Amino acid sequence: MVSFQEKTVADLNIGEKGIINDFKDPSMSLKLLEMGCLPGTEVTLDFIAPLGCPIGIRVAGYHLSLRKKEAATIVLKPNQA
Amino acid sequence: MKEKKVIALLGNPNAGKSSLFNQLTGLRQKIGNFPGVTVDKKVGFCRLDSKTDIEILDLPGTYSIYPNSLDEQVVLEVLANPNHPEYPDVAVVVADASNLKRNMLLFEQVSDLGIPTILALNMLDVAQEMGISVNSGKLSKILGVPVVELNARMGIGIDGLKYTIMNQLEAKRTHINPPILDEKSEAVASEVRKKYNISNKYLALQYAAQYPKMMFLGDDAQKDLQSLVARHDFNADAFQSAETINRYHDISGTLTQVIDETGEQKETVSEKIDKILLHKIWGYVIFIGILFLIFQSVFSFAEYPMDLIDQSVAGLNDWLKSVLPDSVLVSLLTDGLIAGVGGVVIFIPQIAFLFAFISILEESGYMARVVVLMDKLIRRFGMSGKSVVPLISSMACAVPAIMSARTIGSWKDRLITIMVTPLMSCSARLPIYTILIALVVPNDKVLGIFNIQGIALMGLYLLGFLSALIAGWIMKLILKSKERSYFIMELPTYKMPRWKQVGFMILEKVKTFVFEAGKVIVAISIVLWVLASYGPGNEMEQAEQQVVAANPTVPQEELASKIASVRLENSYAGHFGKFIEPAIEPLGYDWKIGIALITSFAAREVFVGTVSTIYSIGADPEDESTIKERLKNEINANTGQPSFSVATSFSLLIFYVFAMMCMSTIATVYRETKGWKWPLIQLGYMSVLAYVAALIVYQVLK
Repeated sequence: MVSFQEKTVADLNIGEKGIINDFKDPSMSLKLLEMGCLPGTEVTLDFIAPLGCPIGIRVAGYHLSLRKKEAATIVLKPNQA
Repeated sequence: MKEKKVIALLGNPNAGKSSLFNQLTGLRQKIGNFPGVTVDKKVGFCRLDSKTDIEILDLPGTYSIYPNSLDEQVVLEVLANPNHPEYPDVAVVVADASNLKRNMLLFEQVSDLGIPTILALNMLDVAQEMGISVNSGKLSKILGVPVVELNARMGIGIDGLKYTIMNQLEAKRTHINPPILDEKSEAVASEVRKKYNISNKYLALQYAAQYPKMMFLGDDAQKDLQSLVARHDFNADAFQSAETINRYHDISGTLTQVIDETGEQKETVSEKIDKILLHKIWGYVIFIGILFLIFQSVFSFAEYPMDLIDQSVAGLNDWLKSVLPDSVLVSLLTDGLIAGVGGVVIFIPQIAFLFAFISILEESGYMARVVVLMDKLIRRFGMSGKSVVPLISSMACAVPAIMSARTIGSWKDRLITIMVTPLMSCSARLPIYTILIALVVPNDKVLGIFNIQGIALMGLYLLGFLSALIAGWIMKLILKSKERSYFIMELPTYKMPRWKQVGFMILEKVKTFVFEAGKVIVAISIVLWVLASYGPGNEMEQAEQQVVAANPTVPQEELASKIASVRLENSYAGHFGKFIEPAIEPLGYDWKIGIALITSFAAREVFVGTVSTIYSIGADPEDESTIKERLKNEINANTGQPSFSVATSFSLLIFYVFAMMCMSTIATVYRETKGWKWPLIQLGYMSVLAYVAALIVYQVLK
């Protein structure tokens, strides 16, 4: 089971970075993988659209836009404090 | 054997595939259909040397051979079927060098299918700006296939690519790097290979993983594969996921050997622009400003060429009538044909402006930002941010707009988009709007700069847009769907529009409008002229005699005008108009407008042509004034008021905002939804909406 404390891409602040660890939604993950969002890849939150959704991330050297709900399926590695 | 070798162009969206296609083929292009599917097939021809002509097939942009939308399905349909008439002899995968990793995924998959492949590295200049350099020679050595450097926008490296295609047609080098497989997949692959006699292992796995999307297999084979896959307990999703991860791993290993990344990641120009264009407040202000600019310019800049055309047509008719003998044929030519065609030609400037703007929005990369800005707003109305592209392009024409809805992955989102798109005001309504607004809205300025006519025009477009939203919201409540959809979309970098491309697009669309609409309008104009010039029995002559007898003292000129008017009333067209008059009277229309309503049912742009034909037949032959002047002076015989009063004109405007009067759109919806159900529902709800709304407007304003 996943712990409820998990941080996802949807939790990032603008400019904050994270490393992809896992996906919560298998069918969504197929599209994300295809777009280069692989486990171990660094993502940076670029912008949040004016109404809070969609959001824009920088991943694998380009910009990807996705809905907040979709971003919440991308689990990040816990921060090493 | 195929007559010509087929070269397929593949690549991620925004990798520069269409630039390359244009560079290779020039204007030797045609749009056709793939057998069985409705996706447009873009084919061009290219001469490699004095004896070799090849066919270039431009396939839709995709990130992999696993399709997520109807558009992308064509790629699988062609590449997975070696018996397909368009199965490529060589595939050219166009890759954006500034983002090579993601672009290589598609290359690996295409190559693994056993198709001789060329990797074309495009946008090296962009990569260089980002501090990325690629050693293409080394990459070619590792992959074992030719790697070509290109600048598709500038046309650099095209000859080198042609030369490489020649070589690949003979040498047929491939890069086979099949994914690492577990036992289960191996077993499935070997059974599929045996059963369907496939030598390529990856192709066999594609059969197993994607048979439901391969239409060429047919029902029986699809059923067989279903049971085969079930027997082996083969999980297609798990396979695809493992394949993608393995491939990226492999690509990373390759790319670290050939890519040099120097320097810090600087904030790119695109990122700076996005800070403004996607800003909380400025983002929307700028978007609305851009829309406003479009409407203002469509109305005011286009005015001068339009006036010129209007006067030339009137002048031409005047001149023809003065030099040619007075006969039936001359009347057909001037009052029928030229009056009808003139009613269409006059709108070329406005349509050109509209298409220019839409093409610039797409070319620059701004359209993708509009999708982002609008997604959350528009989702409440049963659509996706991606619906914005069809909605905006349908301001030009609903037919390509409805086809562009194919990029929307979810069936429900796509269906709602298709159903409401025709409510957006298209360029064919523009003629009607323009002429009626010019009649009843003063050509004044408010606040010094804003043209009131332009604002009225924008209001009509806004009304169409709002009603599209409301219709979408209602359909969202009615339609049920459990299907998942996603938004995930690449944001391309901003680019300077390729002006040549914008020019081509304007030319192509204007040509289509003039010839497609022109054909209908010429035919209808001639039929209309006949119907308006002849009547049942000798009713027309009798009516004329009655008028002459009743008005013995009236001067010659006034009498002629009265005669023309009663003749029209007693013609076939007059009878048709009179027949539907009771139904349209509550909307404020007389029988003359009724004729125009009937003829414009096939295509709404016919309205203006019809009106100008009808009123030039009924008018004094000496008076070759412009269409606008003629309408202004027209009197409704029933009320004694001007025919195009404020109430009637607004009622007509509202009617045309909502009415689904376009055969081409109905046919397109039929094709896209594969049945009559949805186009008929669409026709029904839009007709009711048009009638009721026009009724209310007339009754309130009267």
